[in-house]
Amino acid sequence: MNSRQKNRIKDRAFKYLGIFSTSIGLILLTVFIGSIIKDGIGRIDWDFLTNLPSRKAEKAGILTALAGSVWLLVMTAIVSIPLGVAAAIHLEEYSRKTRWSSFLEINITNLAGVPSVIYGILGLQIFVRTMRFGGSLLAGAFTLALLILPIIIVTTREAIKAVPSSIKEASYGLGATKWQTIRHQVLPAAGGSIATGIILALSRAIGETAPVIIIGALAYVAFVPQSPTDEFTVLPIQIFNWVSRPDHAFVVNAAAGIIVLLAVTFMMNGIAVYLRHRWQNKVNW
Amino acid sequence: MEEIIEIEKTVTSEKHRAEQPADAKHTENPVRPKLETRGVNVFYGDNQVITDVSITMKEKSVTALIGPSGCGKSTFLRLFNRMNDYIKVFRKEGDICIDGKDIYSPSVHVEDLRKMVGMVFQKPNPFPKTIYENVAYGLRIQGVNDKNILDEAVEQSLKSAALWNEVRSNLKKSALALSGGQQQRLCIARALAVNPSILLMDEPASALDPIATAKIEELIHRLKEDYTIVIVTHNMQQAGRVSDMTAFFYLGKLIEYTETKKLFTSPENEMTENYITGRFG
Ligand SMILES: Nc1ncnc2c1ncn2[C@@H]1O[C@H](COP(=O)(O)OP(=O)(O)O)[C@@H](O)[C@H]1O
Ligand SMILES: [Mg+2]
Repeated sequence: MNSRQKNRIKDRAFKYLGIFSTSIGLILLTVFIGSIIKDGIGRIDWDFLTNLPSRKAEKAGILTALAGSVWLLVMTAIVSIPLGVAAAIHLEEYSRKTRWSSFLEINITNLAGVPSVIYGILGLQIFVRTMRFGGSLLAGAFTLALLILPIIIVTTREAIKAVPSSIKEASYGLGATKWQTIRHQVLPAAGGSIATGIILALSRAIGETAPVIIIGALAYVAFVPQSPTDEFTVLPIQIFNWVSRPDHAFVVNAAAGIIVLLAVTFMMNGIAVYLRHRWQNKVNW
Repeated sequence: MEEIIEIEKTVTSEKHRAEQPADAKHTENPVRPKLETRGVNVFYGDNQVITDVSITMKEKSVTALIGPSGCGKSTFLRLFNRMNDYIKVFRKEGDICIDGKDIYSPSVHVEDLRKMVGMVFQKPNPFPKTIYENVAYGLRIQGVNDKNILDEAVEQSLKSAALWNEVRSNLKKSALALSGGQQQRLCIARALAVNPSILLMDEPASALDPIATAKIEELIHRLKEDYTIVIVTHNMQQAGRVSDMTAFFYLGKLIEYTETKKLFTSPENEMTENYITGRFG
C-alpha cells in the first residue's frame, strides 16, 4: 500500500469519525428534546404561563419564575454590557502593553473558566451580605454580571481585533481622533460579533442555577417581582423545585418549564444569529 | 471648519516670519518650500531606518520617492502626517516642516495636521460603508452634517478624483462593490474631501492593473495643479511619468535628489545609476 492510498484511507476514516461524533450530539439532543416535549407540551397553555405557583400541580404556573428570569436578564444586561464593552475597548485600544496589563488579560481569560458556584459565593459575600442587597434581583444581577463579564470582554476584544488596521489608518489619516475612529469605524464594524457574544453570554446567564441558588433565590416566592430590590426566583430553580417533588403531576410541570426555558434560550440564539446577519449586510464587508 | 481656517491663518502669518531665514538658506530657490526636512533621523527601537535626510519640496509639485524595498520610503513619507506616531518604538530626530512650521511641535494637533495632509495607502482601504459615506466621513467627523454641504463636497471630490461619472447613480452602494482601481480613486476622493493642500501616496497603484494604474497616473497629473504631492513608487517608469522631482533612497539615506528628467538621464551618483538601470533593487 503506498502512502497516497494510506492517506486516502485516513482521510475517509476521519470523515466518518467526524460524522459519527456530530450525530451523537444531535441524536442525544433530539431524544432529550423529544422526550421533554412529549411529557410537557400538553401542559403548556396560557394559564401555565400566567399562573402563580401553587401547592396544587394543576393550578401551578410559571409566571413568577418567568418574570424573575426576564427581570434578572434585563438587569444583568444593563450592568454587564457597558462594563464589558468598555473594558474590552480599553484593553484593546487604550491600555499600554505592560506586565500589569498582560497579567490582567490572562486573568480575565482564566475567569471565564471559573465554575459558576464560585461566583455565587463571591456574590453572596459581596452583594448579599456586605452591600446588604439581600436575596434580591439586584444581588442576582450583579452576581450574574460578574459571571458573564469575562465572556463579554473576551468576545468583544476578539471582535475589535478582527477589524482590519487599514480601516483605522484610513480614519486617522483623515484627521479622526482615536475615539472617533472607535465610535465610527471599529464599533460599527465589530458590532455584529459583539452583539452575538453578548447574547450568547446572556443566554448562558439565564440558564445558570448554582449562583442564584447560593445567593438565596431558592426560597418560595409567591409573587411577581415589582422592583429590583424584590426577592425572586428563576426558571431553572422553579424547574428544579418541581422535579424534586414526589407527585408525578409536578414532574410534568417541570417538563413544561423546561420547554419554556428552552424556548427563551433558542429565541435569544435566534436573535443573535439575526443580528449578526443584519449587521453584516449593513456594514457591507 | 472654523478651526481649520484659523490654523491656516496662523500658518500664513508664520510664513511671513519664517520668510527671511528660509530664503537666506536657499538663495538658488526663491520660492519657499512647502515641505522641508532638516537632518532627520528615524529609529525603530535601536534600528536606524532614516539617516540624516534633508530635503525641500516645492508647492504644487510632484515628488517621487524611489529606492529598493525596505530602504525607508514609507517611513519617510509617513513622517509628514505623523502616521508613525502609532508605532511604539518609533523615534525621530531633526525638523520636519510644512509651510515653515514644525509639525512635531507640541502646539500642533495631529488631527489638524492630517486635515491638511491627506494620505492614500498602498492597498485601497475604503470603509465598509456606502460610497457617499466614505467621501463624507472626513467632514462628518469635523461636525459637518448639513446635507447640502456634504452633497456638494462629495460631488466635487468624486469629480476631482475622476470617479463621479462612474458612481454618480449609485452613491448609496457599498464602496466594497467597486473594482480595485475605483476603490483607490474613491480613497483619493475621500482624502480630497477634507480640503488638504498636500497628498501623500504610498505606492498607490501597486495593487492595480495597468489600466487602473494609468487612470491614477493621469489623475496625479491633474491634481498637481492644486496639490503638493509626494508619491512613493516601486516603478521607475511611473516615477518618470508622474513626477517633477525624484529622490532616490538607499538604506535610509537620501542618495540623490534632483529633477526627475535629470535623475533618469544623467544621475550623478553611481548607486543611483545602478538602481535605475536595474542592476539591483
Ligand atoms: N512598525 C515597524 N516597526 C519596526 N520596524 C519597522 C516598522 N515598519 C518598518 N520597519 C522597518 O523600517 C525599515 C524601512 O521600512 P519602510 O519604511 O516600510 O521601507 P519601504 O517603504 O522603503 O519598503 C525596514 O527595515 C522595516 O523593516
Ligand atoms: Mg513601503
